[in-house]
Formats: sequence, C-alpha cells, structure tokens
Amino acid sequence: MPNIDTKEVAAFMKAYPNIKVKVENVGQGAAHYQKLRTALKAGEGGPDVAQMEFQYIPSYVVTKSLVDLTPYGAASLQPLFVDWCWKQVVMANGIYAIPQDSGPLGNVYRKDILDSAGITTPPVTWDDYYTAAKAVRTKTKSYISDFASGQGGMFVALLWQAGAKPFTWDGGEKVGINLSSPEATKVMQYWQKLIQEDLVSTDADFNDAWYQGLANGKYAGWITAAWGPVFLQGTAAKTTGLWRASKAPQWSSTANAAGNWGGSTSALIKGTKNPIAAYELAKYINSNAATALQFANEQFFFPVTKSTIADPKWSTQTSEFFGGQKVNELFGGIADTVDPNFQWVPFMEYVYSSAQDTMTPAITNKGDLVVAMKAWETALKTYATQQGFTLA
Amino acid sequence: MSALAARRTSHPLRRKQIATAYLLLAPFIVVFSAMLIVPLVYSGFLSTFATTLIGGTKFTGLANYARAFTDAEFLSGLGRMGLFLIIQVPLMLGLSLFIALALDSGRVRGSSAVRLMTFVPYAVPGVVSTMMWGYLYGNDFGLIGQILRALHLPAPNLLSSQNILGSMMNIVTWQYVGYNMIIMFAALRTIPVELFEAAEIDGASQLRIAWSIKIPAIRNAIMLTVIFSIIGTFQLFNEPSLLRPLNPAAISSSYTPNFYAYNLAFINQDINYAAAIAFVLGLFIALVSYVVQLSTRSRDGDGR
Repeated sequence: MPNIDTKEVAAFMKAYPNIKVKVENVGQGAAHYQKLRTALKAGEGGPDVAQMEFQYIPSYVVTKSLVDLTPYGAASLQPLFVDWCWKQVVMANGIYAIPQDSGPLGNVYRKDILDSAGITTPPVTWDDYYTAAKAVRTKTKSYISDFASGQGGMFVALLWQAGAKPFTWDGGEKVGINLSSPEATKVMQYWQKLIQEDLVSTDADFNDAWYQGLANGKYAGWITAAWGPVFLQGTAAKTTGLWRASKAPQWSSTANAAGNWGGSTSALIKGTKNPIAAYELAKYINSNAATALQFANEQFFFPVTKSTIADPKWSTQTSEFFGGQKVNELFGGIADTVDPNFQWVPFMEYVYSSAQDTMTPAITNKGDLVVAMKAWETALKTYATQQGFTLA
Repeated sequence: MSALAARRTSHPLRRKQIATAYLLLAPFIVVFSAMLIVPLVYSGFLSTFATTLIGGTKFTGLANYARAFTDAEFLSGLGRMGLFLIIQVPLMLGLSLFIALALDSGRVRGSSAVRLMTFVPYAVPGVVSTMMWGYLYGNDFGLIGQILRALHLPAPNLLSSQNILGSMMNIVTWQYVGYNMIIMFAALRTIPVELFEAAEIDGASQLRIAWSIKIPAIRNAIMLTVIFSIIGTFQLFNEPSLLRPLNPAAISSSYTPNFYAYNLAFINQDINYAAAIAFVLGLFIALVSYVVQLSTRSRDGDGR
C-alpha cells in the first residue's frame, strides 16, 4: 500500500488527534504473514492493526490471534458493507476484521489480438471462451490467457464462480474439504482440455517472465480479480488503450456468477495494548465515506462499502488504459454476483502450498487435473486430521 | 584439564592471568551462547513436542524423530542433495584446484586480475546471484534462451523439472569456485619453493609437479574445502526458495531438507517437527563430514 500513511492514516490522525499511528510496511503476501506469525509466536512486537486477506482470517482466528470486534460495536457497521464481504469477516461467533477491499473475478483481454483472431465480442460462456481460445491460437501468436500453474488463489476463485464449496469451517474443530464435487470436477476438466490442446499457457505468475508475457502479448488476456486492471496498467503500460474488461465467462448463457480472488481487511492483533484506538482506526479508514473513496480512487482498492460502489465519483471514472471503458462500473456490477456463502479452512497457507505440490506438476505436465485435485484433497484431509480437526 | 590446572596454580599472578584470559574470552562466550547454544537447546526442547491447531501442545518424546526417519519427502530431499554433492562438489573443487594451480604456476598473464574475477561472484550476495541466474534461465525472455534462439539452436528449458537441479549446481559452482580457489591458492603459496625447484631441475613436468608435490602438500586445505562444500550442499536454501516462483512444478516444498524445514515451520505451522528435521539434518551433515574425514585419514596412515 503505497502512501497509506500519508493519506488515509493522516486523515484518521486529523480526526482523532490524540491517537498516533505508525505504519510499518513489511512486504506483501507470504513475507507479510510470516513476519506477523513470528511476532505472534514471540508474543511481542506485533502490530495493533494488520492488513489481512479474507482467506487468511480463519487461519488466524483458529490460533486465537485476532481480537473479536463485537464488544467494540462492530456489528453496527454491517449495513455499510457489501453483504458477501461482510460475511467474510464473521465466523466463530465473532466479527474478526473490517473489510477493506475485494477482488471479484472478471476477464481482461487485448482487444487488438482478439479482433485479429476474429473475436469481436468478449466470450459470454466458457464454451465461447474455448472457441475463442482456438481462434486466438491458430490466427495469432498469442495464448488467450495463462492458466498460472501455481496460483491456488485463482484455482479457488474459479471453483467459487462455479458454485463449488471446497472448504467449510464451523469455527471450531470441524472442517469440510471437498475438491471432488461435480462443480469442482467440471472446472478442472474444462481447463485440462484447454491445457492439453495447448490453448492456454501454464506459466507461473507474478514473476519477471510472466510480466513480460503480459506486456508483450504472449497472453491475450487474463482471468483476474478487480485489482487486476490497475495492476496491469503498471505492468503493461506500453499497451495502453489496447485492453478491455468484461465479466468472466459463465457456465451457462443464463448464468451470472462471479468468484472472488483476494481482497483484504483490517484486523486487530491479540496483544494490542490499545484495542479501542486500534478499532477506531480500522473502522475509520475502511468505513468513513471519504477515506473509503480515497482508498478506491487513489490506492485503487476495489471498494467494499455500498456507498463507494454507488458513488458516481468512483463508478463513472473512465480508464484510458482500457480504451475509455468504465471499468469500475463493470466490476461494481460483477461484485453483486459473487456467491456470498463461500468459506475457508483455517489453514490456507498450507492449502496453497499443497496446491503447488499436487496441482502444479499436473498442470505443467499437461496431466490429469481431476486426479491431481483428488491428490490435493487427500493431502489437505491428512493435514487436517494431523492438526486435530475432524472432517465434516 | 583447565580446572585441574587452576587448582594447582594458586600463585596470585597466575590466577590473575587466568582471570584476564576469561575476561578476554567473555564477549565470545556470551555471543556464542546467546546465538548458538541457547537456540540449539531451545530447538532441541521444541523438537520433543507436538503442537496442533486443535488440541494444543503435547510432549511426544522422540516421535518427531521417528517421523523424520520415515518421512519420504525428507528422505528424498536428502537423496537429492546427495546426488548434488556427488556431481557438483567434485566439479567445482576440480575447477577451483585447476585455477589455483594455474595461477600458482606463474604462467598466467594478469594473474591477480584472474584471481579477482574468479572471486567476485562470492562477493555477490547469494540471494542476488540466484535471482540474477533466475532471469538468465527464463524460458521466454531469459538471456541464455534468447542467444540460443538467435543462433537457431534449440533452447532447453533450464527451469524444467529435468534441468533445475543442474541449473542450481551451476549457480552454486559459479558462486563458490573463487572462494575455494582462494583457499587452495593461499595454501599453495605456503609450500617451500625448494620442494618443487628440485623436481623442476630433475626435469619433472608442471603436471607431474602439481600431481606429486603440490596437491599432496595442500591436502589439508583441499579437505577443508570438501567439508565446507558438504555442509553448504546439505543446507541449500536460497536456490529452491527463490527459483520456486519461476516454476513451482519443478521445485516442491520439500525440495531440499532446509527448504522443507522452513516450509514446515512457516507454512504448515509445525515448528516442532521442523526443529526435529533441522536436528536430524545437522547430525547427518556431521556424520557425512566425519566419515569423509576419516576415510582420507586412514589412507594417510599416520593419523595426521
């Protein structure tokens, strides 16, 4: 989060002059969580408030590392937030974070490449996407997209869109793990077909070669979350104006469903000496109309408050990178179609790592993804049992 | 022995000397205990427990060790490092020895420049050099692939499951050839000149001198580099950890024992088992180093 300390946090300190906030940026993704875990293990040196992605909240609730915000009046904030985003922070008889941004899944693509393949409207269904992928592969030098071999976050988002419920947790000892449901199998069989026919590449994402692939048109598109478009503008700046965004392809022509990939919250870390001040900070920066709009317009966080999504100052913005398209409005609409009842297991770090040991080799070697999903499921169930959970 | 000696010497001056000695040693002892002994004892302590997300911490004695010895992932990581050791270490040390001998023969022009150039990779932090090689190896946009394609040659995927171990060997070799060379070169400089001047006068070739005089004379230095290399190999961490994002299919979370221990602790939240793995790894390294040392000593005959 560049400049969060000079903008949103500064606004907070102005509104609450007696509270001083120090922002520490300890890196992103794994580095961030490892530092947090280390501080929690040490029992000191941890922050009062930490940024935490939706999928990791249960993993920290189960280790009793987050403060339940109910006693501080968090329940009263519910009406401000998009329904499914709020549901992500409610579990184990408590409210464990304040939503900050989300990542509903859409499709961004290079209009010029799809045009030259004769695809002039974005694919509506996954069947259309398959047809389009064939056209792109035969008529251009590109792949329609990259099915990133190690990206558990995307696998799960695709399952989420298809209505699969791979994970459940009752807030206590019971977890559910199901990666072999008909919905999950349908998703993986579909991608297996595209991979085996060489219609999508399977490069690992978020590394230098992959950035180049996006910038140089190796990939003509990216099935990505609402934070993807802004990310692209930084990575593939020289292709400004060539991109467009659309809904993710659907499983039937009448369906209208989206998955979610990423999204984060502000959570209070156990051991905070100033829980009230910390709560006020988490509440203020995320729910105050001005800072929420600032997050959306300046940090490009995809908004989670109803008022920001409805605010024309955000939704009517046009993007030059996307040829003047109103990308915010599009993703605002997609956010309404995210299945609200999606849960996680309280050990998602292991889930993603295990995906790389089971799914990734199968994807890279164009193997059987349904078998790989079963192996992933078995690994997760073994781990869950080892950790003392009972399987639902 | 020192206790006995201390008791025997009640002379005030002698006692003062001993006190001074301990005083001078104190900073080392403090840091050594705080940074090595205490963490070691603590992780030994941790390794006898099991902590689960549900159920908390239980004392399990040696159960974690029993698990380690039957853990296929850990054992295959050890095996992989064994393979790495057998192939990479002789190649690297052979190259180091060759360069050291060449420089020592005095027949290389600009020998100090060569020495510096070979040594520079060691000055590059391991993380940086691994990332740099990662870029060079890249399949689509990596320099090596681009050069090969420009020459209309087939460009192998240097990050594939088949090639990744070799690619790692290359990084480690690149990085440590100069370091080992310097150790050997320094030892070569200490050999009395008379030893091989006599041989030279008798008409022995440079090769013969190297083989029969120089190499035997620096045996201890070579052994030192062998032991360092064994330890370094089994502790390989930067390479799997930094190259995994480039091709996670080729590098599993248990690719090397150290990387496995790290993932167990930070991803699987299984610090106790990770501690046990680290201990077994440490013992294993000590054992291999000892066996290697022993086997060369017995050949020596005089036990030196």
